[in-house]
Amino acid sequence: MSNEIEAIKDPGLPAHVHRKADTDPKAAKRAERQVASMFLMSAFGTVLLIFSFFFIPDDVFVFVPILGNQNAHQLGLGLGMAISLFFIGMGAIHWAKTLMPDVEVVAQRHEFRSTDSDRKDFVSAVKEGAAASGLGRRSLIKRSLGAALGLSALSPLILLRDLGPLPGKELEKTTWKTGTHLVTDPGNRRIKASDLEVGAVAQVLPEIEDPEHRKLSDIAKDAVLLIRLRPEEFNLEADRLAMTHDGIIAFSKICSHMGCAVALYEQQTKHLLCPCHQSTFDVTRAAKVIFGPSARPLPQLDITIDDEGYLVARQPFSEPVGPSFWERNSQ
Amino acid sequence: MTTEARLGSVANYVDERTGAAAWMKKNLQKVFPDHWSFLLGEVALYSFVILLLSGTFLTFWFDPSQREVIYDGSYEPLEGLKMSAAYASTLHISFEVRGGLLMRQINHWAALIFMSAIVAHMMRVFFTGAFRKPREGNWIIGIGLLTLGIVEGFLGYSLPDDLLSGTGIRIAEAIIQALPVVGSYLAYFAFGGAFPGEAFIPRIYTVHVLLLPGAFLVLITVHLMLVWYQKHTQFPGPGRTEKNVVGYPLMPTYMAKAGGFFFIVFGVTAFLAAVASINPIWLFGPYTPGQITAGSQPDWYMGWLDGLVRMAPPIETHAFGHTISWNILIPGLIIPGILFTGMALYPFIESWITGDKREHHLLDRPRNAPNRTALGAMSLTFVMVTLLNGGNDIIATHFDLSINQIMWGTRFGVLILPPLAFVITKRLCLSLQRADRELVLHGRETGTLLRLPHGEFVEVHEPISPEKAYLLTSHEQAPPLELPAIDAHGVKRAGALRNKLRSRMSIANAEAIPKVSATELKEIEHH
Repeated sequence: MSNEIEAIKDPGLPAHVHRKADTDPKAAKRAERQVASMFLMSAFGTVLLIFSFFFIPDDVFVFVPILGNQNAHQLGLGLGMAISLFFIGMGAIHWAKTLMPDVEVVAQRHEFRSTDSDRKDFVSAVKEGAAASGLGRRSLIKRSLGAALGLSALSPLILLRDLGPLPGKELEKTTWKTGTHLVTDPGNRRIKASDLEVGAVAQVLPEIEDPEHRKLSDIAKDAVLLIRLRPEEFNLEADRLAMTHDGIIAFSKICSHMGCAVALYEQQTKHLLCPCHQSTFDVTRAAKVIFGPSARPLPQLDITIDDEGYLVARQPFSEPVGPSFWERNSQ
Repeated sequence: MTTEARLGSVANYVDERTGAAAWMKKNLQKVFPDHWSFLLGEVALYSFVILLLSGTFLTFWFDPSQREVIYDGSYEPLEGLKMSAAYASTLHISFEVRGGLLMRQINHWAALIFMSAIVAHMMRVFFTGAFRKPREGNWIIGIGLLTLGIVEGFLGYSLPDDLLSGTGIRIAEAIIQALPVVGSYLAYFAFGGAFPGEAFIPRIYTVHVLLLPGAFLVLITVHLMLVWYQKHTQFPGPGRTEKNVVGYPLMPTYMAKAGGFFFIVFGVTAFLAAVASINPIWLFGPYTPGQITAGSQPDWYMGWLDGLVRMAPPIETHAFGHTISWNILIPGLIIPGILFTGMALYPFIESWITGDKREHHLLDRPRNAPNRTALGAMSLTFVMVTLLNGGNDIIATHFDLSINQIMWGTRFGVLILPPLAFVITKRLCLSLQRADRELVLHGRETGTLLRLPHGEFVEVHEPISPEKAYLLTSHEQAPPLELPAIDAHGVKRAGALRNKLRSRMSIANAEAIPKVSATELKEIEHH
């Protein structure tokens, strides 16, 4: 291509056009007044902020079009601060644009590469230094230093060991045991099958001795959702049907995808939906995943009633609840 | 003493001890090119300063502890509820500390502006080719800042320990836990035991207010020093070359403009914080793992990741007693990893394709680099589709749509739309090049119709200025690399497949509408 030869010529920087303020002293004076009034506006903003801070109580509301009812104290503080800052900036820029020089200047660039002689000197300096230290010749020093540096990197790793305990089998266990009573959350009351109407949903937790001090890390594994359907609405294998009681089915409320609380129950379709990533589980088919990213159904809790008719767990969860992890045996 | 003499004695004191005058005299006259798009990086820098200032204010009252307290503050709906000290102190900042809510909202708005400005700045740098030699290193630092910004923002809005942010932490824990082999160990180390525990908020507080801001300060300093040392790029135009830099001197014009602009950014952020509520944590309630708010949404810079996770197919591998969650690993780690690595390596990939190892200080007009522009549009489309899916629940409820259809739409969309965007953008760029060519050759359409003596109507075209003609033709149109399988010495080139790929990409990259040459223009003028 011969573009280089035939290229259209660079006409050079366009001639500078003067602004009005450059030539007309009146315009310059006007620009000066404009700048000063912006700085004054900023001062007003600071006064508004101080006034709002000390004199507007925080329970006064004012109606502002578009924004609706606004807390006057907050609005005064915020607008005061905004005005005080914004107009300093506007003033400075207006000053620069109208009164400071606006003639473009040209500076030259230089290639970053050092000259060949500088490069040569540099290389020989490095070589001399390396030779003087004997790093190349004394391989014993080189290797032992490498080993020492590598090993010393272990100490911060070792020192961080106590950040947390080892997980052990903890991820696989919940508080649910054979015969653990289901209690309401909130309320901590035992419940009977009759407390739950058909179509109703309830969040339950395992009964513990000291419910006042229930740990969040336990709730993160123990939370269970009870749903009552008409028994004929189930579409379950016999062993799963046996885990329900009188139309009441219990699932872990902790999503099998990423552990969010699966809290949205659609009564019409009998679907459970996780609000985080929209994994959808079909309650009538043992929480089978029918949509979304989750790869496993919600674990089902085997429930029955005790002698007094209160709902209890017949056995613990048969699989770990919540999101997957490497050690989880999902077979 | 006059003012001048007093200043003089201070300057003398400093200069006798540092010799700063020689350096300052040169640099006070340093030239900065002017263009609105060069302000985007400044917005990011200023937002960072605002974040430091407002964040420091918040630390004076925030109690980064997951110790359980009973709320007895002035916000009545939560009276008597059990919550963490972190949440209670955030409520205290919002309702009892005067100006506290304003500062919280400034901090959060500034974070959103910070991330938006970084992304917009990166788009400017990408689409104009400002990342080319010698600025590849600074581009990589930029990618580092973007990545840290995403983490820092996430940690920041996780600190209040409200129901929404706690859910976000739960998801982060699930991602850590999903890592093969080490996942559950890392999760237990990060959380000091089982999720949520009492260690996480204090730990991320240290990271949020100390470690990451420190890393930001170092990276931003290096980023700016490089901009200073390498001098800013400039847009092409008459009088601007690869060898010069045209603009305003630092003192006074640029200083006043840049300094003033800081106050404008701060003022606008304060205005947003004054009138637009953000993250009203008192409405969400304290975090408990058994509850959730409907319509859980992360901030926008995490939204595309959440959207990817949402659209992931439900795949897990169960084998030999172990589980691998591809539905978490692919969208949560693998795809973002590929995207960010690709972004970081792009300057080197492009120079490999073009074979261009020269310094570049003049920016490209995006149309004159159709392949790069198309690639950028493709990536943006990818992120937009995933971001859209990150808000699929909100979109479904607001527009009365089916969430399942939106999800399926974006699942296909994320595969189909980005390549489509590539093709369309490339064609658009070539069309714009064609329009430029027309403009230089035949001038501007004036809209004035002329009737010729024999009755024909023609539109009068007005030639464009020599400045404009130069601008539209000053770009380089390099031919593709010539990489025949057998080289000049008759030797077969090594890496046949690699060469073929490079050659193909080079040909595609060099596709262009030939720009007007001086001879062509002269011929037209003679007619």
